[in-house]
Amino acid sequence: MTHLELTQVAIEFPTPKGAFKALENVNLKIQKGEFVSLIGHSGCGKSTVLNIVAGLYKATTGGVILDGREVDEPGPERAVVFQNHSLLPWLTAYQNVELAVKTLFKGKKTKAEIKEWIEHNLTLVHMDHAMHKRPDEISGGMKQRVGIARALAMQPKVLLMDEPFGALDALTRAHLQDSVMEIHAHLGNTVIMITHDVDEAVLLSDRIVMMTNGPAATIGEILQVNLPRPRDRLVLAEDPHYNHCRGEVLKFLYERQRRPGEAATATKKPDAVVTPLPERPQLRIVA
Amino acid sequence: MTSFLYDNFTALLRNFGVPLIGIAVFLVIWHVIAARIETSLGVMPGPVQVGQQFLNLVAEHQAERTKAAEFYQRQQERNAKMLAENPGAEVKTRSYTGRPTFFDQVLTSLITVMTGFVLAALIAIPIGIVAGLSHTLYSALNPLIQLFKQVSPLAWLPIVTILVSALYVSDDPLLEKSFITSAITVLLCCLWPTLINTSVGVANINKDLLNVSKVLRLSWLTHVRKIVLPSAIPMIFTGLRLSLGIAWMVLIAAEMLAQNPGLGKFVWDEFQNGSSNSLGRIMVAVIAIGLIGFALDRGMLSLQRAVSWDKSSALR
Repeated sequence: MTHLELTQVAIEFPTPKGAFKALENVNLKIQKGEFVSLIGHSGCGKSTVLNIVAGLYKATTGGVILDGREVDEPGPERAVVFQNHSLLPWLTAYQNVELAVKTLFKGKKTKAEIKEWIEHNLTLVHMDHAMHKRPDEISGGMKQRVGIARALAMQPKVLLMDEPFGALDALTRAHLQDSVMEIHAHLGNTVIMITHDVDEAVLLSDRIVMMTNGPAATIGEILQVNLPRPRDRLVLAEDPHYNHCRGEVLKFLYERQRRPGEAATATKKPDAVVTPLPERPQLRIVA
Repeated sequence: MTSFLYDNFTALLRNFGVPLIGIAVFLVIWHVIAARIETSLGVMPGPVQVGQQFLNLVAEHQAERTKAAEFYQRQQERNAKMLAENPGAEVKTRSYTGRPTFFDQVLTSLITVMTGFVLAALIAIPIGIVAGLSHTLYSALNPLIQLFKQVSPLAWLPIVTILVSALYVSDDPLLEKSFITSAITVLLCCLWPTLINTSVGVANINKDLLNVSKVLRLSWLTHVRKIVLPSAIPMIFTGLRLSLGIAWMVLIAAEMLAQNPGLGKFVWDEFQNGSSNSLGRIMVAVIAIGLIGFALDRGMLSLQRAVSWDKSSALR
């Protein structure tokens, strides 16, 4: 049985100049334990797909089914790791995770179990040494680790990550990617991750979902990454299949989905769109 | 080394020297100009005369306290004597009813302003939170807020006075009517900044934090306690500081008209009294009002520092 299924998902946002269609005909089936990346240019609606799965946005048509039940509101079984960590700045790392754990496991775990579970998750992301520090006292990478720990502590069926490493430097990003692979191997969560980074997508994913440009963005192509796990970035650098996958994604992004006036007209978030972009052919073949 | 000393010296000069020079220049100008102005109550008092009036007020306060102590001593002795002559005698203890001194009046003013301000905060913060969370409620309240926040304390006072007289009827009132009238007038005037700032603070909470709350499916109360309140604390305090400033300003006017025995009444009585000392005494009151207002604002700032999670934010 399919674990998570998106069927004919489309979404429109109201703007002063009429409805703006951000997504159309998004169909995707995800198996339990699968690691799926969504990749595409800025403003193509990747985040919107994730927000629909999270229940933060409601699809205009179509819908999402998780384990046979329709997703119609946000919930902890679909934990989100937000791009800018979204930790409560007045709480320490421990307290941030505690808020989630206490909310979800009140009455189900004893005080000692709760404490142990919080510490366990912070240890999992290698944050046990700084768990009593507040977000403004730790680095960007550490904040993101705490954000992941908070999401993991919810014991989600699906872990949703919205460009989790987008704001980090390359070295920190590599460390966190390794951590995420380690955790995925250990827990076997289903993961949907949004990324801009082709290497990141190939390294982490079982499948890469490539999105066409908006408006009315949809899934352009899905690439299966058949690399054995555990994966090592150094070994993979020489691997022909790795480079093939990388090439496929690059070709999709920079040949078939290249935007005229790249990024100049890109709009980051659909709700920031005031004037809808003019209609343009869905697939622009350059060559 | 020399440059270090020099830097320190200039910093010291800037932080303390320049303000002191400013005050000194002000005092000199005041002194020179005041001496040339002849009023119906004699020559306008300069800084020296005002200083003397302050000392007079301190002396009056001490004299009044001595009289009070003597009164209680006499009363105690008299009662002890009566009990010694007849153990069954009924002794009466009366409290001293002397004239309130300047410092008693300052205290009355502080109690009145804090009563009005605290009541206003207790009303404004919850309403502000609910209004910030609900766009509909905010739209409903906004016109009323915009309307009533314009109203001067002098316009509220007659209404409040009459309503208090009508509704607060008691043979043995615990609190003076004038006190209640002044406090309510203060409340009505200082409600608005806290209400507006709280609702704005609540309405502008970071969207990501709201999403966290949604994903965790926090209950309404937990959401308010764990996400909304800490987020809005800086704005709430901005509102509270504005409110306290307004409350203190309004209080003096309210006390003057309501005859609440505080600083406002002190100023009014001295004005009516019209002795050659009156102007000087009023000026002492003016300076005291300024200093207390300043102290109240600093007090709020310290409270904000103590309560706020963001110790690094620039607070001034």
